[in-house]
This record gives sequence, structure tokens and C-alpha cells, in this order.
Amino acid sequence: MLKTRVIPTLLWKRPGLVKGIGFDSWRRVGTVLPAIKVYNMRDVDELILVDINAYSEGVEPDYEEIAEFTQESFVPMTVGGGVTDVDHFKKLLRVGADKVALNSVIYDKPELISEAANNFGKQCVVASIDYIKTSDGNYQCCSHSGSQIKDRHPVEWAKELESRGAGEILLTSVDKDGTMEGYDYDITKQVTEALKIPVIASGGAGNYEHMAKVVTDSGAAAVAAASIFHFTEQTPLKAKEHMATQGIPVRLIK
Amino acid sequence: MIIDYGMGNLTSVQRALEEVGAACFISDLPRDIKDAGSIVLPGVGAFKEGMKNLKSSGMADVIVEATNEGVPLLGICLGMQLLATKGYEGGETDGLNLIPGTIREMQAQAGERIPHIGWNEINHCQDHLMYEGIKDLTDFYFVHSYHFDNDDNHAVTTTPYAGGFTSSVAHNNIWGTQFHPEKSSKAGLKLLENFINIPFNV
Repeated sequence: MLKTRVIPTLLWKRPGLVKGIGFDSWRRVGTVLPAIKVYNMRDVDELILVDINAYSEGVEPDYEEIAEFTQESFVPMTVGGGVTDVDHFKKLLRVGADKVALNSVIYDKPELISEAANNFGKQCVVASIDYIKTSDGNYQCCSHSGSQIKDRHPVEWAKELESRGAGEILLTSVDKDGTMEGYDYDITKQVTEALKIPVIASGGAGNYEHMAKVVTDSGAAAVAAASIFHFTEQTPLKAKEHMATQGIPVRLIK
Repeated sequence: MIIDYGMGNLTSVQRALEEVGAACFISDLPRDIKDAGSIVLPGVGAFKEGMKNLKSSGMADVIVEATNEGVPLLGICLGMQLLATKGYEGGETDGLNLIPGTIREMQAQAGERIPHIGWNEINHCQDHLMYEGIKDLTDFYFVHSYHFDNDDNHAVTTTPYAGGFTSSVAHNNIWGTQFHPEKSSKAGLKLLENFINIPFNV
């Protein structure tokens, strides 16, 4: 049976690793390489590494640095940040990314999703969607690390990206991010129900029950989390052990 | 030798092979294949594009010649799919035809999503050197939308998804895995170690 993945997210704000709240108030939480080594030693399911400044600064991914990171990882890594054309995508795969996440760029250039899917197969194309919940209860997508609001609803946008060839959706609540008060179960459910491709729930995990709930109640294929692993004693393995008690299939290393 | 045909995560494969003690290099030159003790055909990408690159570079013919002479080959993910007779990703395309079979799109069953992404188990259908020291039901990392549709003789393991599919194949000195051993942690490294220890001309 396919296992539900628990994925630590590494936010890379050169030169270090950071974690914020609501995509703001960034705190340094160490450096990337040791974190990758530790997560590999603990045999995590997968890692997500996002260069959070590259796109806004208009620079390409730092391939050399990323190669050093991926070389320490014997589990899959999704890499995002700074990709604006299919050549960047290809270079990231070459330096060891297993999947590439696209976010801000696809609002202006949605065809990049299909180009990448046609060239490299849709399985490595991760469409990343950040969204906020507005005061009247509506949802809107946003880009540039949450700083620009887009006139798009996450469900509609996810459907469009799926139809363009995205292989997976990384769905992140900006409001919940870093709060550790739980995922946005409602919109996550709406997105998973509208799609046929896997959805990674992200933003808000504060305990293992949050993770189990977004899988069982909202249909997420994987859960991503950062603060819970950076700032608490909770670990991906313990999360999976808890999820297993809830009947969720997970990969437990024997 | 790791074949560079413009498709895929070459450095990850190289790094993992080095981790298990292999001396390896990446090359896009057909003549290097002839001198290699064993070859790995990695791959992330679409079948049609992959085959086009292998043919235009002159690699396709040399790979077939080398394996006929007994050089061990490991195909990974797309690299495994390219070993088949033909594939349908990006339109009907002839493969290397080293292991009989067809690459078809996976059909999701109730509650399943395609692409098949994540860790899933393998069920042995035959005893094989590939899985020496690796238990039945071990999880490996998959990320794909197409699968190898083949006869039972060449299937080494199956995996329960989309109605069950062949997750690794073998034919004499030619091995293929649908999952990524280089990204499957310890079990994956063990499989790579088994590959580099294939006796030549088995």
C-alpha cells in the first residue's frame, strides 16, 4: 500500500535555514546541510527545500549549493525557488532534485507547468500554491512568499495547474504557517476532492493529531511541516507512529 | 558508467553508487559504454523524449551491443521503462527492446491518485540476486505515472497500486527498477550494492 508521507520543509534564506510565522518574522534555525544530514540519518520519507528569496531577487537557483545538499540526501528532495524557465528546471534535476516546485512564476507563466511536464514527465512537476483566508471567509492565492495577493481561488487554480500537467500540489496556508494550530482542513479537503493528483498539506502542523486529521478528514496524500520539527521535540518518526495508530498507512523502519 | 542522455538525476545516482563503493563516472559518449564494466541508465522524464535523446546521441545501439556482450545494465525509473519494446508516453515510441513489454499509463483504482508518488512495498515474485538481503514488503520510493506491462517471466517484484504493477524486472544481466534505489534510503543502497556485485557475464 502506498504510504502517507511526512515531509520536513526546509526554508532556505541564504545563507541559513529559517522559519517564520505567516511567512514573516523569520527566525534562523540553523544551516541547511546539517539539517539534511540529520533528516537522512532519521530516514525521513522526503524533504522539501525552498529558496525563499531567489524568485523575488530575480536570481536563478544556486545549483552548486543545491548539488551539495542533494548529495547528502538518499531520500527524495523537492527543490523550489528561482525557477523561471524550463532550462532552470532541467538544471535542478541534473544537480539532484527529484522534483521541482514552481510557485510565483506560474501566475505569469502557467505554460511552464506543461513545458516541464512534457519534457521531464509530470511526476516531477510540483505546483506550489500559497493562499490566505480573507476576513470574509474567502480564499485567495498569493505569490512572492505571500506578499502579493492574486485574484485566484486555490481550488480553481489547483484544477487549472493539474490540467496543465502538474503532478503534485503543495498547498500551503500562509495564515496558518508557523502558528502550529493545525492545518486549514476545510480548503485542503476542497482541493483534494477537486483533483486526481496527490496533494501535500502544508502550513500549521503543531502536533501529530493535526497531521493525522488532515490525511483522514481532508484527503491529503502527504503532510509537510517545519516548526513542529524545528521548535519542538516532535519527530517525523513519532508522527508516523501516531498516524499508524489512526489506521493511516505509513513507512515505519523496522 | 552512468549514461548521460539529458534526462535525470545523474549526480544522485552517482553519489549513491559511490556510497556503496562503486567507482563510477557520468558520460554522454557512446564509446565510453564499450569500456564500462557495468552501466546505469537513470532517468527522470518522458519516454518519447528519452528515446529521442538516446538515439540521436548514438547511445541506443551501443547500449544494446554492450548488454548483448554481457555488460550488466541497471535501468532506473524512466531508464527501466526504456528497456521495454515500446512506450506510449508522448505518443507510441519504440524502446530499446531489451526486455519484452510495453509502457502504459497507470489507471487509478478507487481512492488512488496518479502519479504514484511515495513509498510503497515490493512483493517478490521470484528469488533474485537483486533483492539479496532485502526483505519482502520493504518500501521503496516511487514517482511515476506509467508502468511496465510485461510477461511474468521478467517480473522480479510487483507493487500493490493501480491494480498491481511490475516494480522491477530482470533479464540475464539486465535489471530495471521502477522505483528510485538512489532515493530509497538503506534498502535502495543495498540494491545498488547487489547490482555492482553482479558477476560479469551472468
